[in-house]
Amino acid sequence: MSAPRATLTRIAMRLLPLATGVGMILAWYAIHFGMSSEQRFLLPAPHEVARAFVDEGPALWGAALNTGGGALLGFGAAVAFSFALALVLSISPLVRASFYPYLMILQMTPIIVMAPILILWVGPGLRSVTIITFLICFFPMVVNTTQGLISTDRNLVDFFRMCKAAKWQEIFLLRVPAALPYFFTGLRIAGTLAPIGAIVGDFYAGNSAGGQGGLGFLAIIYSSRFQMGALFATAAVSCALGFVFVAGVIALSWLALHKWHDSFSHTEN
Amino acid sequence: MRQGTAPPIVELRDVDKRFGDGPLILDKVSFAAERGDFITLIGPSGCGKSTILRLISGLIPVSEGRIVVDGTDPSSAVGRLAFVFQEPTLLPWLNVFRNVEVPLRLHGGVGAAKRSEIVSRSLALVRLADRMDYYPRQLSGGQKMRVSIARALSVSPRILLLDEPFGALDEITRNHLNEELLAIRQQLAWTAFFVTHSVAEAVFMSNRILVMSANPGRLHEELRVDLPYPRTEETRESAPYQKLVGEVSRILRSVEDLKP
Repeated sequence: MSAPRATLTRIAMRLLPLATGVGMILAWYAIHFGMSSEQRFLLPAPHEVARAFVDEGPALWGAALNTGGGALLGFGAAVAFSFALALVLSISPLVRASFYPYLMILQMTPIIVMAPILILWVGPGLRSVTIITFLICFFPMVVNTTQGLISTDRNLVDFFRMCKAAKWQEIFLLRVPAALPYFFTGLRIAGTLAPIGAIVGDFYAGNSAGGQGGLGFLAIIYSSRFQMGALFATAAVSCALGFVFVAGVIALSWLALHKWHDSFSHTEN
Repeated sequence: MRQGTAPPIVELRDVDKRFGDGPLILDKVSFAAERGDFITLIGPSGCGKSTILRLISGLIPVSEGRIVVDGTDPSSAVGRLAFVFQEPTLLPWLNVFRNVEVPLRLHGGVGAAKRSEIVSRSLALVRLADRMDYYPRQLSGGQKMRVSIARALSVSPRILLLDEPFGALDEITRNHLNEELLAIRQQLAWTAFFVTHSVAEAVFMSNRILVMSANPGRLHEELRVDLPYPRTEETRESAPYQKLVGEVSRILRSVEDLKP
């Protein structure tokens, strides 16, 4: 019947992405060799990037760990503090009205402008990288979690009140679990921002840290030396770090939501 | 105890309700429910029938007048009352068992073993004992409503408040649940207050029907339904039933015509 066709489709689903990748590498080579020999260094060939990976391996790995560590610390702190603040903000519209404008200021000030200020305040290195990551992750987490906490189904709140639930029961047994989908929306945004924040922070604050800097610092060094292959390798590692964060967040939200939330509905009934 | 002198289990005396400075929702509503009554409130939209349930439940206070529930005021009658909402209002992150357990956990004072026993019994009553591990999203609309009823029954209420619980279901499911609910009532003998838009459902379920008029909400007329319990599919086909359905429809229409 249509079984062979279904199998073919499945094979195509596996092969086509690979084919696209191969095509892109070929196109990359074509552009590389199409450039004049003086300009060719601007776009290193894939094998040159691969060689840079090997040559600069230890430096890249160490930098990725530094950046990843800073990102994780700032991200974790943002999650904890934003959750606490969201609980406070969910108390009443009055509380929200008195805090939101200032949160907006925090969000609207570009991190690139804030970074030098912070470095002067707390000094370069991991500390400022963590704080910059924290600042970039904090806002989407607070906004989404607060929205979740105040969007509890009216009927469920009535049901809890009719059961004479205590205020803490209403918050922790009803509002918090009901807010989880919103919380994870914020977490996904923060998860993509955290490595970016850490790299931006490191770009400013990584140098003169005494020890080894992170990926942002490495990018500065490689670009000053015109090491294009290594610069591309740094970009690839940064991208991989982003993937690790997003994958981690998706795994967490799957654990928390897949059994009951419609965003993971595979068992339609 | 079961003599005419027994005090009513729920009594409303000259109850007025308005929200804030808004218009009068309920105007001097008075009636008394005897133990075991199945009272249906029916009337045009905005006549305040759901408001009456909320007042009895203690969720909102009266503006004027008094409500007595089982010898006390509604807010201290917790545990004697249970509410079934228009929506199933289940917690989607809890499975069926945990959902039915919620009121017992919130009230506290019931041990885990006892809770488990009560939940199993409640779910058996609504024929969902084999769905304990399911999550709400895995259930059909009718099943969710049955879980909601089991949850209300878990506190062994003496008074059950049902706010249009079957309104969103298809007719066949609704008829089934009507019969099931009456069958459970045969066993557990609570007093019920039921809000519906369906005349057929009102006549099938109740021994008393209170027809209300709107703007402001007032009691317009009371009808007694003297059809014997248990009621079945045959009841629906019987002449007295159909005559009553016609009569209630006529009164409802005259109430609708009262509108300015």
